[in-house]
Amino acid sequence: MYDSGKVITGIIVFLIIITFPVWYNVARGKANYVPELEYPVDTGRCVADSAYIRAYHMDLLNTWRDQVVREGIRVYRAADGRTFEMSLSNTCMNCHQSKENFCDKCHDYLSVSPYCWDCHIDPKELKR
Amino acid sequence: MHLFFSLAAVLVLLILVFIGVDVVGWRYLFGVVIPIATIISFILGMLYRVIKWARSPVPFRIPTTCGQQKSLSWIKAGNLESPHNIWGVLGRMVLEVLFFRSLFRNTKVSLKEGPRLVYGSTKWLWLGGLVFHWSFLVIFVRHFKFFAEPVPAWVMALQNLDGFFQVGLPIIYLTDIAFLAALTFLLLRRLVDPKLRYISLAADYFPLFLIIGIAVTGILMRYFTKVDIVGIKEMAMGWLNLAPVVPAGIGTLFYMHLFLVCCLFIYFPFSKLLHMAGVFFSPTRNLANTNRVKRHVNPWDYSVKVHTYEEYEDEFRDVMKAAEMPLEKE
Repeated sequence: MYDSGKVITGIIVFLIIITFPVWYNVARGKANYVPELEYPVDTGRCVADSAYIRAYHMDLLNTWRDQVVREGIRVYRAADGRTFEMSLSNTCMNCHQSKENFCDKCHDYLSVSPYCWDCHIDPKELKR
Repeated sequence: MHLFFSLAAVLVLLILVFIGVDVVGWRYLFGVVIPIATIISFILGMLYRVIKWARSPVPFRIPTTCGQQKSLSWIKAGNLESPHNIWGVLGRMVLEVLFFRSLFRNTKVSLKEGPRLVYGSTKWLWLGGLVFHWSFLVIFVRHFKFFAEPVPAWVMALQNLDGFFQVGLPIIYLTDIAFLAALTFLLLRRLVDPKLRYISLAADYFPLFLIIGIAVTGILMRYFTKVDIVGIKEMAMGWLNLAPVVPAGIGTLFYMHLFLVCCLFIYFPFSKLLHMAGVFFSPTRNLANTNRVKRHVNPWDYSVKVHTYEEYEDEFRDVMKAAEMPLEKE
């Protein structure tokens, strides 16, 4: 092999970069972490079924935001006819009381930083 | 022909995933076996090709130069254009790798009225290539969020910068738009110009369609139909821990995305995509122009048996003398 010093250095740099997640996870020791959510005891009261909420909660909240702030509509009629106040703090977080143990769990895991909390305040956090 | 072959190849790969995951239900194969095999094959393939290259001697200095060579002290030398030491070479390589400097000099010949032959500058390929490669890099780095727990702060910073304008929900990444635009340009470039279409092979179209497929499936997953990304991260972390899991309920679209990425990485070391490593091995770029300053000996030179004129004369002295030929030594 010619210029072996330079080539081997290059190969080592390449391997370090490409295996970055492996040694990063070993160093941090949280490789087996899976987020566990704190669900409310009383299920079935949610504004929609869990599969929909899981996938589209951001769309729903975005629509609520637009309707409340821009159109002044405050009442949400669910698919089964029940009505709710369109409010993150008062409706959603009435059951899902802990932002820390519910919202943040998945958001932190996947590095999602929703700007809900730029304005909204987690009621529990406020008490502390 | 090459175009449709490549397009068909990518479509077949997608159908393969659909049949494999949705019809037969081989989630473990597509979600664990193929990705882990891909990682191994990619690393070994890269090492194999790089070591194979490094075993070829580069006996002579063949840098392409376009500047003043290092010469007398009062002549200003262009160390970037005609590097004479390691710093010149490093500077040149860095600019080449990060900003495609030699492509920036791309020219185009056209025949104007007259007839006049005109050489003009053409920067579109440079711009398209630069946008493509940089947005691909940012997208690649953003995906570290699926492979690292907790997500490193710099990955989050990059992601927030990428979604700086906070348009749409989920926030639209600037690199997603730039990436698609650049890919469209790079494909159209091959299709619109008859000369380029003539020299384009399946090996040119296939990686383009493969990457377009990856981009489109990725964008569909993020902005349009949703997949269970918590499950996806669990799966990705499983490959690294060697504790593979296949969470239920991850959409087929994700398996398509993943399989195309696997195909890209398996294909990578054995195709033109290896210019990623090849750029570092380009003798016209990575050598200093020291042809005159230093003596470079060909490593495969063997000691040639020579027969000098003196020896020749010694051997045939009598005959030459008899024929009255002039001799250097009597």
